[in-house]
Amino acid sequence: MSVSQTHRAIETIWRMESPKIIAGVTRIVRDVGLAEDIAQDALVIALDRWPGTGIPEKPGAWLMTTAKRRALDLLRRNKLQDQKYVEIAREIDTYTEDDVDRALDGEIEDDLLRLIFMTCHPVLSQDARVSLTLRLLCGLTTDEIARSFLIAESTVAQRIVRAKRTLNAEKVPFEVPVGKELEERLCAVLEVIYLMFNEGYSATSGQNWTRPLLCQEALRLGRVLAAIVPGEPEVHGLVALMELQSSRLKTRVNAQGEPILLMDQNRALWDQLLIRRGLAALERGQKLGRTLGPYALQAAITACHAVARAPEDTNWIRIAALYEALSRQMPSPIVELNRAVAIGMAFGPAYGLQLVDALYAEPSLAGYHLLPSVRGDLLEKLGRYEEAAAEFERAAAMTRNEKEQALLLKRAAACRQEGGQA
Amino acid sequence: MRFMMIVKATTDSEAGVLPSQELIDAMQKYNEELVKAGVLLAADGLHASSSAVRISYPEPGGKPKVVDGPFTEAKEMIAGYTLIEVKSREEAIEWALRMPDPHGYGQGEIELRQVFEFEELMEDPESIAREEALRKQIGESKNA
Repeated sequence: MSVSQTHRAIETIWRMESPKIIAGVTRIVRDVGLAEDIAQDALVIALDRWPGTGIPEKPGAWLMTTAKRRALDLLRRNKLQDQKYVEIAREIDTYTEDDVDRALDGEIEDDLLRLIFMTCHPVLSQDARVSLTLRLLCGLTTDEIARSFLIAESTVAQRIVRAKRTLNAEKVPFEVPVGKELEERLCAVLEVIYLMFNEGYSATSGQNWTRPLLCQEALRLGRVLAAIVPGEPEVHGLVALMELQSSRLKTRVNAQGEPILLMDQNRALWDQLLIRRGLAALERGQKLGRTLGPYALQAAITACHAVARAPEDTNWIRIAALYEALSRQMPSPIVELNRAVAIGMAFGPAYGLQLVDALYAEPSLAGYHLLPSVRGDLLEKLGRYEEAAAEFERAAAMTRNEKEQALLLKRAAACRQEGGQA
Repeated sequence: MRFMMIVKATTDSEAGVLPSQELIDAMQKYNEELVKAGVLLAADGLHASSSAVRISYPEPGGKPKVVDGPFTEAKEMIAGYTLIEVKSREEAIEWALRMPDPHGYGQGEIELRQVFEFEELMEDPESIAREEALRKQIGESKNA
């Protein structure tokens, strides 16, 4: 192996191991920023030594041990040691890489989980939670995060620095919450992951319709979480939802980068492997035997589409029922709008239109482009082309996504033409 | 990026000899590691080639030739595969290196292959251009 190859291999190993190392070191120093620096130090040492000595047999364990020893050295130097640190120090001074590898699997997972709860802590703003989680748990660089969100790298760097400072200032503990708090905090964690996924799945502005890196990272983190907290049905629900949505990630746009609507997508190109994984995750969650939560319900809805071989095979009655269950759990005008679409498909556009018209009174949907877009669709199906065209144009004026805007204008023009011919 | 780690067949796997408990344990631990890292997509082991069928086309444009197993040359056959989703080729290599020696008696071999992504097939400018040219050609011949 050449030196540059070795360096690449070391950097890869570090990227794979860094979340665990940062988590392990945070347990000792209780400061994520400091823990990240110490983990980086371990990388620097590896880059210096491994080209000469060769990559150790258990590189992850080596990095972990090195980082933890440095953390303890630092604590000793800073005279921060109290009895607890002395105990940890005694333990770490004597253990070898083999011990780390063999005995501490469960401990590493616990630390990782504590770190996720920390980076998704409610004292941080939503943006800060997402950036910090991508940085520390997904190992993305600030540059990669910046490019994923189409923002300046300095903005991301600042967000991360501030987030770390807030965690320290607020003395956010490095722990897994218990009891009632666990449920709420887990909700916050899942929200961060799904936000990440959605940002990737459907960019809210700019020319790119999808940004796959964020989807992949969110899915990966979701899978990790499902593996370390297998008893939480909503974790499986979220994983199922992301697997199923990812299965059609690549059929959502054509070669020109224009969006293709669900009903027009080429189902033969849907990723059957991800569909199978999604259905399996959904089942794992259901087997836990609790009431389906919002993520599991959304996954169940997505599954209805995934298993329909052709658009006309879609079980819209089941989808409408699932949306009803969802709106009881998570009442929201957007869920209502989706229920209206499902009712329109299951029982006829006139029924859907009734529900949509009722939503026009909803102030929170006033600027929401999907409302006129859905109404346009229902009107088009009812043959009311002029009204439909006007709705599509209204929707186009509201969206910030250029590709979506083009699609809406195209539909408006088609309706105008239909209307002209009638 | 998706990669397939292909485990090659060995004399033992072809003879239907089950792997040792030690190897089974090591594989289980490895698979758990893959799951906990969120990278495992699928993993399967294959029956020996005694129950396999080979379909070949010795004549261009001719009929397929069907041959029943078993086949010789274990190294040309596969005994199983593990499909992973990772960030880079280097990461895939690192995971492949961590897989336990699939046989342990000097015959173990793992082959790492990258899986074609949809966009490589669909969004490669060359193939799009080729497809467009082909469509145009078809259109013209229809109009002719």
